[in-house]
Amino acid sequence: MKVTFPHMGNAHIPIKALLKGLKLDVIPPPPISKKTMELGVKYSPEFACLPLKVNMGNFIEAIEAGADTIVMAGGWGPCRFGYYAQVERDILKNLNYDFRMVILEAPDSQVSELLKQIKALGENVGLWEAWKAIKFAWYKLNAVETLEKQFEYFLPRAINKDEVERIFDKGLENIDLANDRKEVNNFTRITLKKMQEQPCHNQPILRIGLVGEIYTILEPATNYNVARYMGRLNAEVTRSIYMSDWVNDHLLGGWIKKSRHGEIINCASPYLNYWVGGHGRETVGYTVDFARKQYDGVVQIGPLTCMPEIVAQSVLGKVSEREGIPCMTMYFDEHSGQTGIYTRLEAFIDMLQRQSYLQSSVRREEPIIAGI
Amino acid sequence: MKQVGIPHGLFYYYYYPLWKTFFTDLGANVISSSESNRLTLDQGIKLAVDETCLPIKVYFGHVQELCRQHLDYIFIPRLVSVEPKSYICPKFMGVPDMIRAAFDNLPPLIDITIDVSKSDRPLKQDIMRVGSLFTNNNNRIKQAYTHACQENRFCRLLAREGYTMAEAISLWEGQQVQNPTSGDLNIGVLGHGYSLYDRYISMNLIERLRKMGCNVFLPESLDTGCIEQQAATVPKRVFWTLGRKMVGSALYMDKRPDIDGLIYLACFGCGPDSLIGEIIENKVKNKSFMMLTIDEHSGEGGLVTRLEAFCDMLRRRRMRGEGNLPAYG
Repeated sequence: MKVTFPHMGNAHIPIKALLKGLKLDVIPPPPISKKTMELGVKYSPEFACLPLKVNMGNFIEAIEAGADTIVMAGGWGPCRFGYYAQVERDILKNLNYDFRMVILEAPDSQVSELLKQIKALGENVGLWEAWKAIKFAWYKLNAVETLEKQFEYFLPRAINKDEVERIFDKGLENIDLANDRKEVNNFTRITLKKMQEQPCHNQPILRIGLVGEIYTILEPATNYNVARYMGRLNAEVTRSIYMSDWVNDHLLGGWIKKSRHGEIINCASPYLNYWVGGHGRETVGYTVDFARKQYDGVVQIGPLTCMPEIVAQSVLGKVSEREGIPCMTMYFDEHSGQTGIYTRLEAFIDMLQRQSYLQSSVRREEPIIAGI
Repeated sequence: MKQVGIPHGLFYYYYYPLWKTFFTDLGANVISSSESNRLTLDQGIKLAVDETCLPIKVYFGHVQELCRQHLDYIFIPRLVSVEPKSYICPKFMGVPDMIRAAFDNLPPLIDITIDVSKSDRPLKQDIMRVGSLFTNNNNRIKQAYTHACQENRFCRLLAREGYTMAEAISLWEGQQVQNPTSGDLNIGVLGHGYSLYDRYISMNLIERLRKMGCNVFLPESLDTGCIEQQAATVPKRVFWTLGRKMVGSALYMDKRPDIDGLIYLACFGCGPDSLIGEIIENKVKNKSFMMLTIDEHSGEGGLVTRLEAFCDMLRRRRMRGEGNLPAYG
């Protein structure tokens, strides 16, 4: 059994560790490329949202690389994601690929449905080994996120941004290869040290919150790497969603670590008073939270036609007005011209920089209107 | 007498008799906005976010029309789920909040939450809360609600006779409706009620088909048991109420020998339809299937041409006894 799974940012590192720990052959899909997108777009329903198309590309490439089992998550609505696996399976079957799909989702009527799926994955190991695999995957996930957070902090501050990116990418690669906790610790420490040693400039740093749909936030290939791009423009980006928080809040009911989920949900009221599927309410809640923490701006991202994000976007205008925080919404589809996106980001950041300059104490006395 | 406004959009086509009876029985005067028209859409487009789907934009237009009248309340329900373990659509769950964020001159909202996905107790409590805006008599509220449900069931029975929901509502209100004329083609027409039965959104699709000599078969005229039975044949239960109904109806009509073809009307940007359309297209094997996608673009020519071509094709296929082989061999 050669197992594969869809990409979602750096999640492939812990997922790979988990599946390897379960003594399965893992064939991760090749990194998302132009070809992945093309394959996905070609075979997916035209109006499906971008994550489905990227998933399709991943699966086709992975099956062609030799995988025969796909592990996919599911759900019970109202977001479209819950039905992804079904549609993807039908399309792949129609393309005459031979594979098996293991769908991990809450059972509809009988718990045995889920147990059957889990058993299919855990056939090679005992309970103790499985537990160890889960713990090691969780450990790697936390290491990856430590690096990500530090990277988000140092990228806008460093003078040589290319070097910081290189150190970060190398660090991730090493964690991916690490075989035990000691190695993971070692690589994390070395990478952090290297990042800290990078010389920093002392220009003002903007703080921007990145909110929106989980897949678009976590997977840089679907958002043209907006987080890094903003970092390069001297803006420190804080994401609303980290993989570990999501696992903690949604899969484990918040018992591993302290969660701010409830607090964020309360922030969304009175703007959005009901759960709307996906991360719609979290988007609104985090925007309010960022505003109250004196962030300079918020960027909302999501795939085109994403239903929960459209609801959130509809109320963000009011949030922006009442809480006094500039918001910008960007939707992504398979359109591949990144210049337009970068121009919009630059304009947004210019505007924020100017605003923070006007509010700061170092402001010059004379008017800065050109030509007067 | 208190004035309650009901926008003429979204689930109006499924539940108007219920809502109207309920409020009238409680002594309120119900005012609904006029049928969708160009002005409704223009206003809706201005107020709603670009990315929302057409029916939501039209709904915004209806709310705007009602805002100009002197109302005590405007009724904008939050429809989460109308049956256990199924949902409508995330946008419906956020409609009252979207409306609140977009309008400044709103009369007080009655934003009852309709969520029976787990149990119907919260709904019952919410009905009492809404009822208490009009009367203190709990029994009267309960009676009004029971009566309202009866009226709604009666309206559904009318739809079983082959009327569209819009026509059934007109009949229920005591207006005259022309009997659908009979034609030579039998076509199943599927789509979400709020786009299919709204004559402006659907560009009068059903009337047009009838004029072209087609008998139109709608999901509401089919037997619910058969729909559910067919819907249960897909590997995973479809968790959107309307989506499941569409899948079931399509599969049921696919097996009925008297139906000649199927048309699915979808709105651009509709989340559930993007996947449901794919599933139906995949599973309908015996019938000609056409998917129409509409947005705020108002040119009717393209739609008419496609309908004509579809009907011509079905007729020709029948006349010449042509098989299902493609023209190229």
